[in-house]
Amino acid sequence: MTVDLIETIDLKKDYRMGSQVVPALRGISMKVQQGEFLAVMGPSGSGKSTFMNLMGCLDTPTGGKYLLENEDISALTPDERADIRNGRIGFVFQSFNLLARASALENVALPLRYNGSPRRLRLQRAEEVLAMVGLAERLDHLPSQLSGGQQQRVAIARALVCRPVIILADEPTGALDTKTGVEVMSIFQDLNSQGMTIIVVTHELEIAAFARRRLLFRDGRILTDRANQQVVQAKAVLNDLKKESRYNREDGEALA
Amino acid sequence: MNAIDPLIDSLHSLRSNKMRSVLTTLGIIIGVGAVIIMVSVGNGAKAQINAMIDKLGANVMMVMPGRHFGRGAVGDAGSLPTLTEDDALAIKNEVPTVRLVAPVVRGNAQVIVGNLNWSTTVYGITNEYLGARDWGLSRGRLFEAGEMKASSKVVMLGETVAENLFPGQDPVGLSMRINRVPFTVIAVLEVKGQSGFGGDQDDVVLIPISTAKKRVLGGRRLSGNLVSHIFIKAKSADVVSRTEELITALLRQRHRITPNQDDDFRVRNMAEFLNARADSSRAMGMLLMAVASISLIVGGIGIMNIMLVSVTERTKEIGLHMAVGAKGKDIMSQFLIESIVLSLIGGVLGVVLGVGGSLAMSAFSQWQAIIDPLSVILAFSFSAAVGIFFGIYPAHKASLLDPIEALRHE
Repeated sequence: MTVDLIETIDLKKDYRMGSQVVPALRGISMKVQQGEFLAVMGPSGSGKSTFMNLMGCLDTPTGGKYLLENEDISALTPDERADIRNGRIGFVFQSFNLLARASALENVALPLRYNGSPRRLRLQRAEEVLAMVGLAERLDHLPSQLSGGQQQRVAIARALVCRPVIILADEPTGALDTKTGVEVMSIFQDLNSQGMTIIVVTHELEIAAFARRRLLFRDGRILTDRANQQVVQAKAVLNDLKKESRYNREDGEALA
Repeated sequence: MNAIDPLIDSLHSLRSNKMRSVLTTLGIIIGVGAVIIMVSVGNGAKAQINAMIDKLGANVMMVMPGRHFGRGAVGDAGSLPTLTEDDALAIKNEVPTVRLVAPVVRGNAQVIVGNLNWSTTVYGITNEYLGARDWGLSRGRLFEAGEMKASSKVVMLGETVAENLFPGQDPVGLSMRINRVPFTVIAVLEVKGQSGFGGDQDDVVLIPISTAKKRVLGGRRLSGNLVSHIFIKAKSADVVSRTEELITALLRQRHRITPNQDDDFRVRNMAEFLNARADSSRAMGMLLMAVASISLIVGGIGIMNIMLVSVTERTKEIGLHMAVGAKGKDIMSQFLIESIVLSLIGGVLGVVLGVGGSLAMSAFSQWQAIIDPLSVILAFSFSAAVGIFFGIYPAHKASLLDPIEALRHE
């Protein structure tokens, strides 16, 4: 059964620069079904970030409609939008955005603070989610004690902790090297295979290759919206990378 | 959302900026400390004055010669020699509400025994003086009527003088010299201790008033039968003001002062006299109050300033909190709690400073300080109020941030 999780109808966003009005989105109409894995691509200035901010309820559209689970949420108060960000949407950022002074566990538990869960349950749930992303051994580490890939996994755990209906990731691999980036995409693919709906913004074709549907933005409009015929499995790529590095090492040793 | 999480966050954030936090709270520390010291010293002074009034008796009064017009401290009275022994006698005979009248002449003298010498205050008195001041003898006897009349060279020593001139011996019966005039010691006075203002009341010698004028002090100001002041004890505390009126009327008449002329003498009762001293402690209190309020305000501004800096520094963090579901009021309470925590830390340190300062003042200065628990609570709550008042603006500013803008902030 497919359910329309997201529907946008002629969604528009204008920015005001002094007296000038700059249109960032010129009318986006699309639907996302539950369980989809979407990559949003496009050059900078194409409106993909603006689109993500609207999807994430961080911003309000200047025109059109945004339906989340058949509910119009295009004109909510800031507090109502905060509730949606808290309970129904999980965010993953390019620069992780972890609290530097808080442990991995505290970072993951943070969103639960804003839905009124008691502290004990929060930490319990955070621990559970951290285990899901393979960081059960790193609960007490500060972000500065974790590698980039581990930090992004903490951020993914944080996005998952409130059991959202969708994960929105804005350039989640932008600050990571190729291998770690693929690892992160592998986590997304796993989550997707368990039914989680995911939208990833990226400008890298290699990353978009892991998604099942690809949206190309240009000048505030959707240029193409196609299913990805050849979804690349991140796990397979990781295996190849491992072999490759082994060959490289052997080559190096042979040369030496 | 409860208050525990923001509280923990606040402590984390303040701990990561320890030096900054302490410097920021300095104004609050000084303000709260000053309030507590101020109230303690005020209480101490009040208690001291009440104790002295109790000790001296509220029925004791003093008549002093008038002074030249112009300002001066109370003690400067006497620049006009107008009071005489006859005035004292007249008061005794004609004012029915007085119990004791003791005319006194007063001066300084060098007292010598063998190779020891000491500079002290000489009082020429009658035996009534000791009664008026509730002063007893520890050894020896009072002046005899014959000695008073004959201007005999007999002296009573205060304990301090006795100790310094006759170390380790009983001076009664021994001789000494006051301004080169030989005297016989007939008594040692009871220890009276410090006056409330630090003066040693035992650093005196008492001789008959006639002897003082003829043989020791003399001089223009004490010529004839002029006196330095007249000590009076009314029959009870209730008739003090009545007695004051009667004495004033009597002396105006005796000194032939016309109704439109000012008095050439002053009548003071002890309570008034001491209240003058109370004024000085009140003045110090006001000064401390001014310091306290200024420093609390400056401290509050300091807190506001550092909170504004903190909001700017943590803009990205605020954006993240908002992105994961924090509402404006969550952000507001976070920063408000932080500024309250900051000012309460200042409050606690201020209480420590205030209590410590009060104790130190009691120990090392003549200002007695009595710590009032109420003032401690008041000062502490005031510091919290400063935290709230000066924290609102930065917290409000933080709560109005736009999540997207905040997240982009570097």
